[in-house]
Amino acid sequence: MTNDITWAIGGEAGFGIMASGTILAKTCSRSGYSVIASNEYPSLIRGGHNFVSVRIASTVVYAPCQTIHILIALNKETIDVHKNNLSSNAYVVFDEKDYTWDAKEFSSPVTPIPIPFSKLIADLKGSELMRNTIAIGATMALLGKDMNVLTTVIKDQFQGKGESVIEENINIASSGYKYVKEHYKEKTEFTLEEGHIKEPQLVMNASEAVALGALAGGMKFAAIYPMTPINALIPLFADHAGELGIVYKQPEDEIAGINMAIGASLGGARSMVATSGGGFALMVEAVSMAGIMEVPVVIDLGMRPGPATGMPTWTEQGELQMVLRAGHGEFPRIILSPGDVSESFDLAKSAFSLAEQFQIPVFVLTDKYINETLWQIPKEMVKTAPVGAVLPTTDTLPFKRYAFNTDNGVSVRSVPGEKDHEYIANSYEHDEHGFTTEEASMRKAMVDKRMKKMEAIKNIVPAPHVYGEEGADVTFVAFGSLKGVLLDAIDVLKKDGIQAKLIHFSFVFPMIEDTVKKCIGTEKRLICVEQNASGQLASLIREETGIAIKEQWHKYDGRQWTTEEIVSKVKGTE
Amino acid sequence: MEDQFLTATKPTWCPGCGNFGNWMALKSALTRLKIPRENIVIVYGVGCHGNMRDFMNVYGVEGLHGRALPVAQGIKLANPNLTVIAVTGDGDCLGEGGNHFIHAAKRNPDITVLVHNNEVYGLTTGQASPTAQIGMVTKSTPTGVVDPPFTPSSLGIFTGATFVSRGFSGDIPYLSELIEKAILHKGFSVVDMLQPCVTFDKIHTYQWYRERVQKVNISEEKLDDRQQSIELASTFGEKIPIGVLYKRESPTSEDREFSLKNGALTATPVVDIATSTVLTQFQ
Repeated sequence: MTNDITWAIGGEAGFGIMASGTILAKTCSRSGYSVIASNEYPSLIRGGHNFVSVRIASTVVYAPCQTIHILIALNKETIDVHKNNLSSNAYVVFDEKDYTWDAKEFSSPVTPIPIPFSKLIADLKGSELMRNTIAIGATMALLGKDMNVLTTVIKDQFQGKGESVIEENINIASSGYKYVKEHYKEKTEFTLEEGHIKEPQLVMNASEAVALGALAGGMKFAAIYPMTPINALIPLFADHAGELGIVYKQPEDEIAGINMAIGASLGGARSMVATSGGGFALMVEAVSMAGIMEVPVVIDLGMRPGPATGMPTWTEQGELQMVLRAGHGEFPRIILSPGDVSESFDLAKSAFSLAEQFQIPVFVLTDKYINETLWQIPKEMVKTAPVGAVLPTTDTLPFKRYAFNTDNGVSVRSVPGEKDHEYIANSYEHDEHGFTTEEASMRKAMVDKRMKKMEAIKNIVPAPHVYGEEGADVTFVAFGSLKGVLLDAIDVLKKDGIQAKLIHFSFVFPMIEDTVKKCIGTEKRLICVEQNASGQLASLIREETGIAIKEQWHKYDGRQWTTEEIVSKVKGTE
Repeated sequence: MEDQFLTATKPTWCPGCGNFGNWMALKSALTRLKIPRENIVIVYGVGCHGNMRDFMNVYGVEGLHGRALPVAQGIKLANPNLTVIAVTGDGDCLGEGGNHFIHAAKRNPDITVLVHNNEVYGLTTGQASPTAQIGMVTKSTPTGVVDPPFTPSSLGIFTGATFVSRGFSGDIPYLSELIEKAILHKGFSVVDMLQPCVTFDKIHTYQWYRERVQKVNISEEKLDDRQQSIELASTFGEKIPIGVLYKRESPTSEDREFSLKNGALTATPVVDIATSTVLTQFQ
């Protein structure tokens, strides 16, 4: 019996690799296990090597594991690419039609599990593209499970495609299950202990969690031009628009997208856009417009390696400094960067209330890794917060949209249709009514009013999260998606007798000097870990607090930092 | 009759500017239509035309150069009950904003677009715009324009606008009539407004236009004859046809949104995702 294994499947794009990962992750989640499914794929629709790994554990885990215990190879390339990442005695599942077993190819002893995928499929008159379904059924047998939970997941997954499709998938999965039961009944190496999670979980990626968080935060309008890695938001909004009472519009480009969102926001609908770095570069002028017009808008930016088109389907945290500065001129903003799916949901939800409260652009900074990795979130958490009246109204006439008499720089907003509350949302500098002005004292007063909001925002910024004990031997500092990997590394290091701690920023900007100084000060060894080449978080910390973090670890090859890499770097054994 | 649209700001356009005629024509059309002032939203582009924002007492949005149409569509999708008008210029709408124009026309939102068309960038002191005629000498084309021009009207018909008209700022009552019809039409309505730039264009004067504009009166049932309309809209030279050039009925962008069947997004309650079907795919 074991309590933590990693299953992986590889094959050409178009083989249903991603879908297999989702089905297995859901099946194990419903059975009470912690699951994390992560993928790697090139920027291609067909061909090329696609790969998904699912970590399944009966304890809490936070990141994928690089050591594979069960490898499903739907082609020879999968074995070639991953043969050095296998655990001792790992099962390698393959079709002898694709690959001739050669034990010498493997650096550690592994167990071959040949399964005639193509023959089993042909016997059932299924499509070659359904070999992955045989693999999932076979996996259930290898994990020492029955077919019951998988059957319900398949039913739910293919609901709406008709009974015959459901039946075909169940039959094909069952044939894989039976084949293993009949031919490998003595294989028990990776029989899993019982799962530990009692409460129902949902399995999703951060894009989907951001989308649900947005809906929970009262979002009514989204304009999203397709771009990896935020595409998962689109079908979620588009498929359910009618039921949810929202409008999703695919704009002609990102410039149109953010201008539409700002228009909808001016019209009274909570609005958002989502994009990656290149698309955001096109939006930057309009971010500045939201700044001067004081319009709430939420921008979900899923980072990936740049510059320019870079490596579209890989990961990086390269846009923090861009988002900090984006937009000409000076105006307040908030930058949030979730570390997992639960935070993605929560912070996206908060983004809408913060945008409304301060009438500013609010960023949700995610990346490819978190956007396309599947995680769990307690179902109980995923519900809509009561959204109060869209806007407060004022009886003071004549109405001044940009009235100076506020404590925090935020004036009462009106929406078209409201009588006697007309104003101009003006991208030119303006007076309290919105009329254009170039007068010196008015200009200064209006800049002061807008910047005053930054002081008000600073009062509500939470301290960074600290995970781990005081007096740790090693303290990591990170933002966004590195949270999981570092938490995992802390657990592994602890087993080796090294105490480690994490200071994690999910509310990244504004950064408050005093609260950061309370967390960072007397560490034995302080390391800023980032997924970029220049240390963008370390720069921000230095700029805002004066703290210079000397030890900085940068990774920028497009692959997420792994637990193993962190652990060996701490120990100096890499 | 009192001008309900006046603000405290006096127009800053050059004396004799065609913008005055366009402005008067718009105000008189809105007055005749009796639309409650608070239900009108005008989105302005950046250019001389955009200065109108300070002279109109309605909800106004002065956005970025070229981006009036996406903002206008966002407002209309949030609240289709509003009368949304985009006041743009030839450079704003067809230069910087060309992509937005063709895509807006394709979607057919119920928005009226007033293209102030004077062939130059007036606010930046007189460079050639996308509608400048070949040979026209401007600050950016000292030996004359070499690239052929757009005619906003024919571009509108080509790309899907369901109402296209052309008027002249020197004939305010007729232009006003065209604007009124454009606002009443349910769909993407283009009014190509020919106007002189009295400061930077010494060729296309009021007199020049008066000698060339000819009102056309196409019967209602022939207004959807695309070939004939494109022919008329593309005619620009010794003879310039003005009037309603093209019209057809078609579902609007807002008609296609299920969520707007019950009214504005602003008027409907937020749906709780926990009780919707959206979570089932994640279980």
